[in-house]
Amino acid sequence: MEEINSLMHGFAVALTPMNLGLMMVGIILGVLIGVLPGLGGANGVAILLPLTFAMGNTPAGQVSAIILLSCIYWGALFGGAITSILFNIPGEPWSVATTFDGYPMAQQGKAGEALTAAFTSSFVGAFIAVLMITFLAPLVAKFALRFGPPEFFAVYLLTFCSFVGMTKSPPMKTVAAMMLGFALAAVGLDTVTGQLRLTFGFTELLKGFDFLIAVIGLFGIGEILLTIEEGLDFKGMTGKMKMKVVLETWKELPKYWKTSLRSSVIGCWMGITPGGATPASFMGYGVAKKFSPTGANFGKGEIEGVIAPETAAHAAGTSALLPMLTLGIPGSPTAAVLLGGLLVWGLQPGPMLFEEKKDFVWGLIASMYLGNIAGLIVVLTTVPFFAAILRIPFSIIAPVILVICAIGAFTVHSSMFDVWLMVVFGVIGYVFKKLDYPLAPLVLALVLGDRAEDAFRQSMLASQGTVTIFFSNPLVGSITTLALLMLFWAPLSSVIKRVRR
Amino acid sequence: MSQQQSNEKSAASLRMVDAVTAVIIFVIGAVVIWDSYRLGSKWGSDGPESGYFPFYIGAILCAASVINFVNALREKSVADGGESFVSRGSFRMVMSVMVPTVIYVVAIGGIGAIPGIGIYVASAIFIAVFMLWLGKYGWGKTVSVSFAVPIVFFLMFEIWFKVPLPKGPLEAMLGLN
Repeated sequence: MEEINSLMHGFAVALTPMNLGLMMVGIILGVLIGVLPGLGGANGVAILLPLTFAMGNTPAGQVSAIILLSCIYWGALFGGAITSILFNIPGEPWSVATTFDGYPMAQQGKAGEALTAAFTSSFVGAFIAVLMITFLAPLVAKFALRFGPPEFFAVYLLTFCSFVGMTKSPPMKTVAAMMLGFALAAVGLDTVTGQLRLTFGFTELLKGFDFLIAVIGLFGIGEILLTIEEGLDFKGMTGKMKMKVVLETWKELPKYWKTSLRSSVIGCWMGITPGGATPASFMGYGVAKKFSPTGANFGKGEIEGVIAPETAAHAAGTSALLPMLTLGIPGSPTAAVLLGGLLVWGLQPGPMLFEEKKDFVWGLIASMYLGNIAGLIVVLTTVPFFAAILRIPFSIIAPVILVICAIGAFTVHSSMFDVWLMVVFGVIGYVFKKLDYPLAPLVLALVLGDRAEDAFRQSMLASQGTVTIFFSNPLVGSITTLALLMLFWAPLSSVIKRVRR
Repeated sequence: MSQQQSNEKSAASLRMVDAVTAVIIFVIGAVVIWDSYRLGSKWGSDGPESGYFPFYIGAILCAASVINFVNALREKSVADGGESFVSRGSFRMVMSVMVPTVIYVVAIGGIGAIPGIGIYVASAIFIAVFMLWLGKYGWGKTVSVSFAVPIVFFLMFEIWFKVPLPKGPLEAMLGLN
């Protein structure tokens, strides 16, 4: 099998002492980021991205850089569970559902079991998602080689329409947030005509808005403001991991293989379509509750209630990289930041990546297997250490995180203006979060804006300005139709429900 | 939630903030449309003009915020038992972070003609203020933490990664520039 050969080659690329070292550093940093409030996968990776600018100059360096950054992401996915279970505070949005049963378990003195179950199911979810990427990604990439600008625009359309259809936020707020992202992306020099757009004479705006700054502000500063509002008082359970507890929990886990499998499928689906890890975790939890014989006990400390959301969240977080690599469309904000990294290192994400940069792609996929194994070992052995970090009072943690965000924003372009922008985005993030405007579509639109516009313009040029080009052949037609279906999913499904009655 | 304590009193209703946000987004949409119009939002001699795509973005932005505005007005006001955007106590907490942060950013880079004091000194003061004021720590702990953090960052960025960060008079005096 071709994929197996490519994967083996990928292991050869990834398995250097340097890369293994970076993997461990990435995982540990990632767990730390996942545990700390205000630092999450997306802005954590965004802050550390400038440090890899220099690494991306050589092909081997590009592999090392993506391994470092993706491992931070895996680490953050693992880390979110620690705070959820021990402190009842979700360190990451995707671990909110883990608090429902994880914290009650910790209160009953079963923190070890809950943590083991969470970490192991995270690993299982990620592993299934990586398996899927290994075999599905080359096919998708090969298929996408046939795509022209209209097809690409249709896929972008599908991405954005599914946001409107899938997120829990009011649809018009999703649309507004998304269009705001597109508007911000349009600011600056128009590369096609050379005209300046929306700059109003401000030289700082010539380069446009960098989405890294937006991510650091929206997710970092915004999150700190939300956290401080609660008047933080970390009071948590102690997390002791005994080998005996780990082994006993592992013996229990195979019983729940159906739940794991169901959550993995949900997660993979939600990750490829841009639902992301957070809705996936809720959906995984909800579905498990419905199907489980002990569903009524969910919320009182059922181990299945920890397994289901964690598996789904990790499967979604991991499979979000599939559309990122094959189509250049990230399935989550963190995947968007990784995509930004690829662009900075001079790589063009999309189907050609699989043809031209085999080392990079397969090195990354191989590192996903290794990174998740490393992640599982790291979190199982270091929980007490990370739990101790959470005991550092917020009045120390908060300013230090704000300092880190400021440094991160500055290093992107060595510009003070960016630090100011970060503060503004922080306020926007805080207000938007409270008003239920989703942030993920804003970030994705900001990242994809230029590319979507290019695809749209080229399609329009080809068709001399008629939109029928998006229905001109069965392929683009069906993607566009699917996009419109997703856009009107909510009203459509309510109509279907009514008809059924 | 109880409404008795003054800290629990609403500083702003969800309804009002929601409506104001919708208006602001509408204005942004209008600005985008206006600028697209200026650039040319039609079909030029050689294809779509610069404002072609942004024009639609602005139009959708405006349309969506009209709907959001109407929806916001339909929410209940706080007096009628509607939700509060932020309580006074929480707002005070948020401001206790926001105000020092803004001063911190001014201190790093300065403002107008006034030069900044650099990120390291500003960070030390910033952390110290938080610890003394919000954390009520003693001077010993405060000084050790607020000195240690910038020094670690200095070693990490200036020496290890060779990424220069904004520096001020202190670094110049010590010859660290």
